[in-house]
Amino acid sequence: MEKTLNWREYVVTRLVRASGYSAIVFVALIFFFLLREGLPTLGEVPFSTLFSLRWYPIENYFGILPLITGSIIVTLGATLVAVPFGIGTAVYISEIAPRWMREILKPMVELLGGLPSVVLGFLGILIVSPFLRTFLDLPTGLTAFTGSLLLGGIAVPTVVSIAEDALDSVPRSYREGAWALGATRWQTIWRVTLPAAKSGVLTAVMLGVGRAIGETMTVMMVTGNAPVLAITPASMFSPVRTMTATIAAEMGEVANGSVHYHTLFFIGMVLFIISLVVNVAASSVVFRSKQRAERVLS
Amino acid sequence: MKSLPRLIGLSIALALFGVSCASTGSSLSSPQTSTAYIENKGSDTIVNLALAWAEQYQADHADVRISVTGGGSGTGIAALVNGTVDIANASRQIKPEEVTEAEAKGIQPVEFVIARDAIAVIVNPENPVSELTLQQLSDIYSGKINNWKEVGGEDRPIVRLSRETNSGTHVYFLETVLRLGQKENKTLFSMDTLLLPSSEGIIYEVRQNPNAIGYDGLGYVPHDLKMIAIAKEQGGAYVLPSADTVNNGTYPIARDLYMYTAGQPTGAVKAYLDWILSPAAQTIVTKLGFVPIQ
Repeated sequence: MEKTLNWREYVVTRLVRASGYSAIVFVALIFFFLLREGLPTLGEVPFSTLFSLRWYPIENYFGILPLITGSIIVTLGATLVAVPFGIGTAVYISEIAPRWMREILKPMVELLGGLPSVVLGFLGILIVSPFLRTFLDLPTGLTAFTGSLLLGGIAVPTVVSIAEDALDSVPRSYREGAWALGATRWQTIWRVTLPAAKSGVLTAVMLGVGRAIGETMTVMMVTGNAPVLAITPASMFSPVRTMTATIAAEMGEVANGSVHYHTLFFIGMVLFIISLVVNVAASSVVFRSKQRAERVLS
Repeated sequence: MKSLPRLIGLSIALALFGVSCASTGSSLSSPQTSTAYIENKGSDTIVNLALAWAEQYQADHADVRISVTGGGSGTGIAALVNGTVDIANASRQIKPEEVTEAEAKGIQPVEFVIARDAIAVIVNPENPVSELTLQQLSDIYSGKINNWKEVGGEDRPIVRLSRETNSGTHVYFLETVLRLGQKENKTLFSMDTLLLPSSEGIIYEVRQNPNAIGYDGLGYVPHDLKMIAIAKEQGGAYVLPSADTVNNGTYPIARDLYMYTAGQPTGAVKAYLDWILSPAAQTIVTKLGFVPIQ
């Protein structure tokens, strides 16, 4: 009896450990594959071409700067939409909304999170982009801004559900303490609950950013895909081309092993490194603030 | 991409058709003739036409099974060279290096012109501009002309729309319009040209945006958009795209559509190709908005 139990324990422990390690193995394998397919680009495309301003692969123009700036500007815009809106919604659900409202709102937000991005893209083409064109008097409604709005919408559910969990786990005694000191509801939220949930809220923001930078379908449908360097504020309201949209649009017909093929993988590598940096930066901030909190408490 | 929903629908229909045939076949005790299979693959421009043909032909010939897939002209020709398909569809002529590659594998590609396709230049119906020369069109797309008033329209910025670079239509438009068919001409699309992943994307944008100009295969242009009449040169006649103007060669942005076989076709493939070139099959070409060969 004892023996079978031990044996089962052994198997289950190993299985759980293996699935834990598998995440590391998969990331390593993906990165290795990206390196293998992407690095040849550095030998095939001169640096001056790779960091030039024109992306037109069928004539061997492989300038990836417009694509990088395009991704960054759309993600930045999406973050500006998703963070205030997402955290606001999370605060409302967790701190202010009455119980019945919360029961309606939470599933609604989750439903929004499950909305296929291609559907949002359709809404973008049919409604948001014509509206923005006439409302803001732009030459075309297919702009970085349109992409940002929709991507913000895609990132909001991620931000809301994680930030809401974090706020929920703040002990009730914190709030009661603040109220006892005479703090208003808003003061309690802004000075006590949110700072106490800081690491969780930050994780929410980072995952939201990650969701936005990796999103492909919506962006490909609504940002116009013109590979123009996007570094001025005006670029926000003109068409841009992102890294994800480029890979998605061009991977299908590229000849296996060609310079174009390697360059697309190189772009994938850049994308991977950017999200790695975002994640590492986020976790180091969270880690540092945790350490400080522990110091204060001890 | 534009044909994906229809393609899925048709393949389901074909699958169901196949299943129903299989069941009737098994209920008959003795199948008399063996079934011939034809693999047909290539250009996305042609895929709808090829599917319509295959459907009609299979309805008339129960002993022939034709499978049609898209993927692009290059994909189709590569498959022909590798010996995985019987017929490759292409919206461009086979390249010399592809012929060399095929010959290295002992395959002699044989070309059939199966229909013609015109590229229509489209604008919003609100746009008063209705005629352009090829040179003006080239200047618009390469970024030399940036306002509609420079070509006799209203004072509005021009928003250029194009298909993605992997589309055969994009390459054809680049060579025929932007570079005016000149081999040494290295004009490129203006960098701010919007590259849309589908024909629908272009049509949606042109439909609601009076600043936009786009292009698409004649067969895909809906009636509520305005087509531009094109003149080959300054002072020449402006011609609207239609079956007649394409066949008499007056409309300048038109191309042949091809099917390629590995060597002279025989048996079922030959019968199928002969049927495609017959008037009965060519009426389907007209129905789908392409131009039949005469």
